[in-house]
Amino acid sequence: MSAILIAEQVLNGLQAGVMLFLMAAGLTLIFGVMGLINLAHGSLYMVGAFAAAWVAGATGSFGLGLIAALAGAALAGVLIEVLVIRRLYAAAHLDQVLATFALILIFSEGTRYVFGSFPLFLDVPGALSGPVTLPGGIQYPLYRLTLIGLGLLVALFLWWLTARTRIGIQIRAGENDREMIGALGVDISKLYTLVFALGAALAGLAGALVGAIQSVQVGMGEPVLILAFVVIVIGGIGSIKGAFVGALLVGLTDTLGGIFLPELFKLFMAPDAATQTGSALASMAIYIVMSLVLIWRPSGLFGVRA
Amino acid sequence: MKKLLMSAAALALAATGAAAEVKVGMITTLSGGGAGLGIDVRDGFMLAIEQSGRDDIEVVIEDDQQKPDIAVQLSDKMIQSEKVDVLTGIIWSNLAMAVIPGAVAQGKFYLSPNAGPSALAGKGCHENYFNVAWQNDNLHEAAGAYANSAGYRNSFILAPNYPAGQDALTGYKRFYEGELAGEIYTQLGQTDYAAEIAQIRASGADSVFFFLPGGMGISFLKQYADSGVGLPVVGPAFSFDQGILQAVGPAALGVVNTSQWSKDLDNPANVAFVESFQARYGRLPSLYASQGFDTANLLVSALEKADPSDADAFREALRAADFASTRGDFRFGPNHHPIQDIYAREVIKEGDVFTNKVIGVALEDHADAYAAECKM
Amino acid sequence: MIPERLLTFAVPAALLAVALWALAVEEPFTITLATRAAILALAAVGLNIALGIGGLVSLGHAVFFGLGGYAMGILAHHAQTYTTLDLGPLSISGSKSMPLIWLVAVAVSALAALLIGLLSLRTSGVYFIMITLAFGQMFYYFAISWSSYGGEDGLSIYVRNGFPGLNTLDPIQFFGLCFALLCLALLLYARLRAAPFGLALNAARQVPARVETVGLSPLRLKLLAFVISGAITGLAGALFADLNRFVSPTMFSWQLSGELIVLIVIGGVGRLTGPVIGACLFVLLEHWLGALTEFWHIWLGVILLGIVLFARGGIVGLLTGKAGPHV
Repeated sequence: MSAILIAEQVLNGLQAGVMLFLMAAGLTLIFGVMGLINLAHGSLYMVGAFAAAWVAGATGSFGLGLIAALAGAALAGVLIEVLVIRRLYAAAHLDQVLATFALILIFSEGTRYVFGSFPLFLDVPGALSGPVTLPGGIQYPLYRLTLIGLGLLVALFLWWLTARTRIGIQIRAGENDREMIGALGVDISKLYTLVFALGAALAGLAGALVGAIQSVQVGMGEPVLILAFVVIVIGGIGSIKGAFVGALLVGLTDTLGGIFLPELFKLFMAPDAATQTGSALASMAIYIVMSLVLIWRPSGLFGVRA
Repeated sequence: MKKLLMSAAALALAATGAAAEVKVGMITTLSGGGAGLGIDVRDGFMLAIEQSGRDDIEVVIEDDQQKPDIAVQLSDKMIQSEKVDVLTGIIWSNLAMAVIPGAVAQGKFYLSPNAGPSALAGKGCHENYFNVAWQNDNLHEAAGAYANSAGYRNSFILAPNYPAGQDALTGYKRFYEGELAGEIYTQLGQTDYAAEIAQIRASGADSVFFFLPGGMGISFLKQYADSGVGLPVVGPAFSFDQGILQAVGPAALGVVNTSQWSKDLDNPANVAFVESFQARYGRLPSLYASQGFDTANLLVSALEKADPSDADAFREALRAADFASTRGDFRFGPNHHPIQDIYAREVIKEGDVFTNKVIGVALEDHADAYAAECKM
Repeated sequence: MIPERLLTFAVPAALLAVALWALAVEEPFTITLATRAAILALAAVGLNIALGIGGLVSLGHAVFFGLGGYAMGILAHHAQTYTTLDLGPLSISGSKSMPLIWLVAVAVSALAALLIGLLSLRTSGVYFIMITLAFGQMFYYFAISWSSYGGEDGLSIYVRNGFPGLNTLDPIQFFGLCFALLCLALLLYARLRAAPFGLALNAARQVPARVETVGLSPLRLKLLAFVISGAITGLAGALFADLNRFVSPTMFSWQLSGELIVLIVIGGVGRLTGPVIGACLFVLLEHWLGALTEFWHIWLGVILLGIVLFARGGIVGLLTGKAGPHV
């Protein structure tokens, strides 16, 4: 296996990781500030992808599609926050899990009702399509490279937002002491709606960006949702830094495991059996990593509160 | 309960008050991510029933949600409560394995409009089970045969790590005569293929064969086209079908895929089918719609000769396959699986619509590899 | 308002009455539905021990359900193909006898619950939910790629397994078996909850420190509850496989774990009859809504939302007018 191939696989793992981060950041922010487990986060990812595919299909512009994804997901986020989620902040985790599970059912079948049962089309914008040659002779798709860049930019933006702005101070205060920031005259319910909309918009953005190279279809959100949960649990729930580290860890484990485990097994097994065993183990790899992390650190890598 | 009596036959029935003489139970996937396939099978099937003009066929349609336990339950219901004579409709092999052995053991007939698991074609075959689509390996075998004729000597092959995926690679290798540059099992439901595409690029292959049904294939093709690897791709029809082709878009143009049916097959039954399907439902028919249509026509042809209550006569009538198939010549082998031509198609663009054009026959009069193991 | 004591007898009696009525009017499929409800209820009663008394929100109980199912599938598969199951030096021939299969299902799932519990109970809250989910996913992906027992296609068992003295192929007799096991599990649940073990476990859920001061280990209490809980759900898995005469990896799926929680919350968390009411309602909804519209999941979602938002304490809470279980 050549060094170029390994380098390319690491890039692939990074790219998967930063996209996961967009999902996980919103999820962990919402949990950190409002203490809410939001299973419907994957539905917002789907809403973003469908909005982008629909608008890009109608106007021919990927950029407009992205704007539609951000706006559509944020709007859907505000809508469910005001109608449903708001009533759940004080409820037990169990009720939250159940209510947001119900939202998944409603979103999925509702989307199917509106857009039909077949996947929609969304393509990489012309200017970003095709591969570029990187130093060292690696051929790599320009679009995926752009995704890595965009993901890092968003991470930077989130760091700036939480560390350097007034909203960020309120968010951090909200994580630590909910009653106190209410007493200080911050409109809690507006802050919560804002944070929820921000998380939703990030999920929608991820859906649209990834939708261009995957299939825009009903149910696309759930697998990503589970991965995003794995990410935030590894990183420590509520920690954006943890989400970033966790996302890269999961992205790299998933990508590299699929490649190297079958090769590893070929060292001491027949090729056919090795391919199958290796693939089976690769699909379990991230869950194994997650359990190991939790057994070692029961509150995740950067988690403070259980 | 759920009686979607959608046929004109059923409406006529209500008008005349005549009792339905034949009851057909259709268990298929109408909700969730895989609903597109079930809806096409249903629509194709019901179109043929309407066109037959028979008002004595009642079709009870139920949604299996793509869950095996729901499918088993529905088949219990169809047999115990609805007392159907014939069952049909299942899309997925794992659901077929859950339902068919039990249903035929209870003396019911089962006509498969889509799934053809190898276990039911070989040792597990049954005299009351007829497959009107293909044995699962068939389209992959044809892809292997096409790869030979196209001069590919070094293929890279991949499929998801589950039984149908393993069958696909086995099927391809059964006919393909060249070397393998690589063989990969991906995860079921995987959406990102960057890692696999990098391996393909590094492998020195001269062609790629893949079996990735549903959304997996859409993702793979888009990412493959964007990667600039550019090696020729061969695959079975599932990732190039009318329903999902529009979602793959330009990434599929020029790809060769194997299928027992194509929209442009020039036989009278098919021309009439494509035209009437478009007129009735306002969209182009898919592979699955053609299979549903053929299944219903097979059923009607058998009902012309015998009643399901006379099981032996009805079975003989089915075995004769005396109907005009949309795919041209069609007959059953000794294990009640099709013997048929399998074509190579190329994806083209007609106006704004992506569709397929037949470019040749990959395998002529092709039967499956398991028929010899079947003793009925 | 109905006293909860009355529900304790009325709910199982109603389920039995439905099955007997279906027998009288010759509607065998209704008996099949009632059997499905009884089995799902049994699985949920198991989960309710961990969830309701112990406060352990396990999103991985499908592991035990699936293990029970595969215990049945693998034993029956070897029996119907006349092959042996080779475990190293041990060579076991399959079996088509329900009592033996049940024993294996219970033992295997109890063992799995012990191991998973030992590792998972180090965490709490959301982390516990997620680590149990992770174990579920591991089993799911393993089952999908394990081709010797069918992988994703699953295993078909052509004839239902036997029980001495009964004809299990007769829907009502099989229902009777499942119903009897459900009643036993309910009895066990009631006894456990009232026993010192249940009281201590309940206290460990609310104030772990107080339990420790009297010399009990909260971890051990929870672990024992988790093992009993897993074993009962495993037994339900074996019955479910026998009802469908089929096992597949979907028995391990996280959706199934989610559905088990849904059953309990619909009925009422920690209520004796909560899982039974939840299971009956779920099976009813599945079939009635499914008959009304292709998009029935939307309405299922709306109903679930309504229960969570407006009926705290589930159906039992609504009926008895008490939001929480009295222990």
